[in-house]
Amino acid sequence: MTTDVTEVIRTEDLTKSYPGMEQPAVNGLNLSVRPGEIFGLLGPNGAGKTTTAGILTTRVVPTSGVAYVAGINVAKHPALVKQVSGIVSQQNTLDRQLNVWENLYFHGRLFGINGRESRRRADDLLERFSLTKWARASVYALSGGMAQRLMVARAIFHSPSVLFLDEPTAGLDPQSRLALWDMLQELNAAGQTVVLTTHYMEEADQLCDRVAIMDHGKILALDTPSSLKQSTGADTIVSVKVDAGGDLLASALEAQLEGVVSTRVVENVVTVHVQGHDRLVPRVVGVAETSHVQILDLAVTEPRLETVYINLTGKDLREI
Amino acid sequence: MTMIETRPTRTVLSASRTALGALILRDLVVLRKQFREFVLRTLIQPFLLCFVFLFVFPKIGQSVGGTATKGSLSFATILVPGVVGISILFQGVQSIALTMAQEFGFTREIEDRVQAPCPIWLVALSKVISGTVQALIAAAIVFPIASVVHAAGVTADISLHWLIIVTLVPIACVSMAGLGLVLGTSFEPRNIGLMFGFVILPITFLGGTYYPWTHLAPVKIGGFHWLQTLVLVNPLIYVNEGMRAAFTNAPHMHLYVIYPVMMGFAVTFLSLGLRNFRRRVLS
Repeated sequence: MTTDVTEVIRTEDLTKSYPGMEQPAVNGLNLSVRPGEIFGLLGPNGAGKTTTAGILTTRVVPTSGVAYVAGINVAKHPALVKQVSGIVSQQNTLDRQLNVWENLYFHGRLFGINGRESRRRADDLLERFSLTKWARASVYALSGGMAQRLMVARAIFHSPSVLFLDEPTAGLDPQSRLALWDMLQELNAAGQTVVLTTHYMEEADQLCDRVAIMDHGKILALDTPSSLKQSTGADTIVSVKVDAGGDLLASALEAQLEGVVSTRVVENVVTVHVQGHDRLVPRVVGVAETSHVQILDLAVTEPRLETVYINLTGKDLREI
Repeated sequence: MTMIETRPTRTVLSASRTALGALILRDLVVLRKQFREFVLRTLIQPFLLCFVFLFVFPKIGQSVGGTATKGSLSFATILVPGVVGISILFQGVQSIALTMAQEFGFTREIEDRVQAPCPIWLVALSKVISGTVQALIAAAIVFPIASVVHAAGVTADISLHWLIIVTLVPIACVSMAGLGLVLGTSFEPRNIGLMFGFVILPITFLGGTYYPWTHLAPVKIGGFHWLQTLVLVNPLIYVNEGMRAAFTNAPHMHLYVIYPVMMGFAVTFLSLGLRNFRRRVLS
């Protein structure tokens, strides 16, 4: 069994079925993650992204198919895979009996790094992650954002081939979220491969080099965020809020507006995907005028990953 | 920035060895940090038992369990080894079952611990080793205290059989630590109260702490010594009888029964506990 050296992770028809569940949680997944990229698994709850991460981090045993991390078969050699994986789970899993510094130090010892080197790295990482002041503090004293930083510091302590993060910013305040993104980008710039699961479009869009959109255990699309967005065929999105007659306006726009790719009406908001944005606003207003529909609000944006997702699954991520 | 590893550099065996060492080192560091709490929680129950039964009862003229018909065997002689046995049981429960319930439960710390670069069962085994060490320390500090807390005139006939002490006490500690692992992995964290009510209490009250197993013969229906037979499923009976053999000259169950049965319990508990642990961790 050989794996390409240009892959940190590879899965072949990876499947996981849980007893009593009709559909497999992960259904014939084929993935490849390259060294040095930030790879995102994006999807709603229950899409199978956490199960996929679970298999890659040796906690979930696949029903069929194979997964390789750093060229090692995960199901066959879990203990070896753990040597080269760094994991930040959704919950705070810091050792409550140890202080902040000890959490790092004992992680080093656990991964076979000797006492002196572990001490040095623990000091360095606390410095780098602005936690030096808290070195002797109980982990109970840390805020959510600080605990998260410490967990990332702990996960990269043993220089893993790949850093896994499961919904890393769920439950974080906006400031801590931005700080975490910066931190991950910094790590990535130094060569760290990162795999993360998220249900935040924005996170996938801004942070990830490549994104796999998942639903029902399958990959619906996999590409860079910008290519995914281009795949919608539209370069502009117009949202028009009306007081009534949304459907009427939508069909009028489809008929009269040049370059319309698709339209969609949700609760008096007409969303129009358009190719080309030349004099777009007056043209949309003109169609509304001739259709006798009153516009309450109008916004022009670029396509977002959300658009791609809605096109692929037919459902809004926020509705789930 | 340190170099990014792209391949595992160590064999599973060598990584497991250092990981096991680190897991135990971590537990010992935590034990050292909390040694005062450890000593207090270890001593409180034995101290109360000895205080009430061996100090208060004699003072107020309350006799325990009817008149002593067995001649020279005082209640103190019966209770002191029982108190050591019960302390070993409680270490197993407290140091393993309770911490594990917490780590599987709201803190989710176990998620991190099982990422150690070694087989998962080794993580559970490290808990058993630390639990055994704690039980040994508990036995060592409880025994001297249990032997001295009593009213004037009450005597515990202590007689140390070192060969039995150094062999049987460790086996007892391992099997009770194993019991702790089974309990900690079998009960949902929210049901830990049930564990105390329906497992720990029956085990302690029917475990021969307050009476030697050999004295249970009079409890019978017809010719059937039902209680003496029933309690044979209780692992604590063998621990306490073993302690009686190790620390006194009181009559006790035969050693050639105690040794193999206790080892059998140790093996059963360990294999059951390690299997449970693996099942709880993997899906």
